[in-house]
Amino acid sequence: MMPSDSTTLDAAPRDLADPPVLAARGLVKRYGPVTALGGADFELMEGEVLAVIGDNGAGKSSLIKALSGALVPDEGEIEVCGRPAHFTTPVDARAAGIETVYQTLAVAPSLDIASNLFLGRETRRRGVLGSWLRMLDHAKMRSEAARHLNDLGIMTIQNPTQAVETLSGGQRQAVAVARAAAFGSRVVIMDEPTAALGVRESRAVLDLILEVRGRGLSVILVSHDMPLVFEIADRIHVQRLGRRAGVVTPASHTMTDVVAIMTGAAPAPE
Amino acid sequence: MGITDIPAMAVAGDNEAAPAPAGPRAGRSAQPATEPPPPAPSPSPVTRLQHLLHARATLGPAVVLAVAIIVFASVSDRFMQPANVSLVLQQVAVVGTLAVGQTIIILTAGIDLSVGAVMVLTSIVMGKLSAEAGLPGPVAIGAGFAVGLACGLINGGLVTRLKLPPFIVTLGTLNVFFALNLWYSESATIRGTDMSSTLLWTGETFTVFDTRVTYGSVIMLVLFAGMGFALRMTAWGRHVYATGDDAEAARLSGIRTSRVLLSVYVVAGLVYALGAWILIGRIAAASPQAGQSENLDTITAVVLGGTSLFGGRGAILGTLLGALFVGVLRNGLALSGVDVLWQNFAVGIFVIVAVALDQWIRRLR
Repeated sequence: MMPSDSTTLDAAPRDLADPPVLAARGLVKRYGPVTALGGADFELMEGEVLAVIGDNGAGKSSLIKALSGALVPDEGEIEVCGRPAHFTTPVDARAAGIETVYQTLAVAPSLDIASNLFLGRETRRRGVLGSWLRMLDHAKMRSEAARHLNDLGIMTIQNPTQAVETLSGGQRQAVAVARAAAFGSRVVIMDEPTAALGVRESRAVLDLILEVRGRGLSVILVSHDMPLVFEIADRIHVQRLGRRAGVVTPASHTMTDVVAIMTGAAPAPE
Repeated sequence: MGITDIPAMAVAGDNEAAPAPAGPRAGRSAQPATEPPPPAPSPSPVTRLQHLLHARATLGPAVVLAVAIIVFASVSDRFMQPANVSLVLQQVAVVGTLAVGQTIIILTAGIDLSVGAVMVLTSIVMGKLSAEAGLPGPVAIGAGFAVGLACGLINGGLVTRLKLPPFIVTLGTLNVFFALNLWYSESATIRGTDMSSTLLWTGETFTVFDTRVTYGSVIMLVLFAGMGFALRMTAWGRHVYATGDDAEAARLSGIRTSRVLLSVYVVAGLVYALGAWILIGRIAAASPQAGQSENLDTITAVVLGGTSLFGGRGAILGTLLGALFVGVLRNGLALSGVDVLWQNFAVGIFVIVAVALDQWIRRLR
């Protein structure tokens, strides 16, 4: 397959009547003389874990930012379930059911878990207290937060009033994932979820990803962690020089093959 | 502080409700985020204190204030007398009010050096419109609030639009607003006797338990209660904390951080106008030379109250305690015959100790 071609490999057979849950065509993003994205294509199918890998500077971050609304591409189209979408802020992407777990996690460390889960979309009290005094419904947000954490099997966090800064790295990650899973109706994007974690905590994140997929959400996993990618991904999008070099599967290619495509040592799969 | 109030010891890894790791899903080998309970290094009393102060930001200021009151009450007979308590409350009313505005700005990791200048300018506008233009009191006060709002818009606009550091913006506007104040007032003090009585109302008193309390002090307390509600119970308050904690994280969470910042500076400007009204009542005049020390005094109150200059951490109640502590310290030392210069010396020492403590507490991980 040619890099510019937007058809995917037949490795992941799909029903043609079913458009990708999230797709992009010909995304271009330039920063002055630097071209971060040079006509990148992208397709995410429903209920799959799609890994996005690539060398540094291949445009992974820019691609993910464009898909999550954190960056507005200069050219190109984004479609959600076959319908054109225009994201100018992360809020737009969220409204379309796309949630992102950023590498930095984007949590407020001094606020408690419940406040973080509902940050930017707080629940107000009913009646005059809520509409007129704008009073928040802390009790409801706490119980909902506890429920979301439980749903994901995060048992070690019991107290949603605990400040996020008192949590371990893995627990913070879990809070960020729980927030994405709680509000994302279509897609959860995870940017380097294991970069800051130890082996044990990385295993836990892997389980979280599977749990999220198990709920019918599609997952985009950006990671340098090849063993993790090969263990969990249904398909692997290889990004190179600002474009999609190709899409492979853990079954069709080995890690060595993929690294070769990534670095340009081997041609992209036809 | 209730929201961020966690049982301090929860940090040590014991979740009372859960014998966690071997929960119902123990069948799965690696549970999400399961990890060995944080190595509890048998917390020393010092570490426990650190945790406690971390979880309850206002505990430190409360204890320090209580100690100061007990010490001065035992040293001086006059300290606890109603007349003196009344005096302290009056002295604290202006700085305390202004410190409410300073607190919300510092919570966003900003700082406002133009506090005193905004207050003086608005007090002159109120006084002059009443005494010289002969406008009714409420109209003059309303005009003062409009000026405070405009000052807040200018500060907030420069911070959010031009992305300038708040320190620089307010250093500039400090000079600009103060110069406008001297120009408009022609460097002349406006006497209270020429003004509408509405402007002086904040200095009038009523008596509770033999203590004369000014309405200005009551306004200050109501303001603290209102701001405490807004910060703790509304989404706006959560967003102020989140913006100060990590602005980029807040933005990615869908918070319009520029809007939050602008609102904070505007609210602060209105609060300073309220401070100006209280000042007029307190000194029964509008003086273009007043408010010179307010800038640093408000920052002192905020810092002593346990709010972090790095943003995102602190509570409005702490600022009230901090302002009261400065008032009590100065008053108590004065009653004990200590020279003003040594009062300043003492306040300075306490500020440094408070910031050092804050650093130590925040080092907790």
